[in-house]
Amino acid sequence: MAEKEQTGQSVKYKTYIFVWLGLLLLTVTTVAVSKFRLTGYAVPVALLIATAKAALVITFFMHLRYEPRILKLMLLIALVAFTLILLLTFSDVWYR
Amino acid sequence: MRDTGTILFLSMEKISDTAAEHHVDYVGAKMGMWVFLFTELLLFGGLFLLYSVYRLRYAADFHRSAAELDIFLGTANTVILLTSSLSMVCSLLAMKKEKTNLSLLLQIVTILSGVLFLVNKFIEWSAHIERGIYPDSPVVLAMSGGEIIFYSLYYVMTGIHGLHVLVGVGLISATVIFTFRRTIGPSNFVKLENTGLYWHFVDIIWIYLFPLFYLIT
Repeated sequence: MAEKEQTGQSVKYKTYIFVWLGLLLLTVTTVAVSKFRLTGYAVPVALLIATAKAALVITFFMHLRYEPRILKLMLLIALVAFTLILLLTFSDVWYR
Repeated sequence: MRDTGTILFLSMEKISDTAAEHHVDYVGAKMGMWVFLFTELLLFGGLFLLYSVYRLRYAADFHRSAAELDIFLGTANTVILLTSSLSMVCSLLAMKKEKTNLSLLLQIVTILSGVLFLVNKFIEWSAHIERGIYPDSPVVLAMSGGEIIFYSLYYVMTGIHGLHVLVGVGLISATVIFTFRRTIGPSNFVKLENTGLYWHFVDIIWIYLFPLFYLIT
């Protein structure tokens, strides 16, 4: 059963190479964007691009796309928990 | 005729034996790895949290210090790690397709990329240390508060990340040995898969470290 789930995927080397090219493109983009002085938007833009790259790595390289729903749910819970920690700390620092 | 039957019977028995010995639970094994990666997320997450809070407080100092870092080396290391993730994931695919030698080659490529990343890191740190920039050095202590914090976070975060790269290199060296010994093979690759998950996680951490330390100037 588990075996079937593993080998039943129709992922090809080509898929991975396209993902890698996408990651390189995003890297070039984030370096290029940093050359413009975006001041206020620099951090959100950089983090947005980094998150897009992380999403590509998680979806394809860590093949979360092909994993059972329970694993996706677990990752969601972990990320929501981490985001809550960030937001709660920021709300504390901001209004101090 | 009878010989063939006996051989077939023996090989059947062998298969069922190995299946009973290695009760393989891929979903469970991978879930365990993911849970471990969540704890790693909290380790690095805490440091990212520190970084953001101090960045808000010392924005100007952080910008000035970040401009000192070598964007070229940082970008090179990003490309190296992304490429090593590609070779890692392809080594797993090769193993699943029963191309064991190709898988071995790709695992070794991944190891070499990891080593190359660390060599770059060494060059980078050496350049800083030569200029007297290392934690608690007189040069750093003479700087403003924000710059001291920036360099502390820089050394701690890239240091712990570099340690993870080193551990990853060690783990992939182990999968190479396991592949030679056929402990990892086309029908038993969960060790390779979990090592890959770890390696990709370390890649993701660098994906965030790179813009935060090198680009936001």
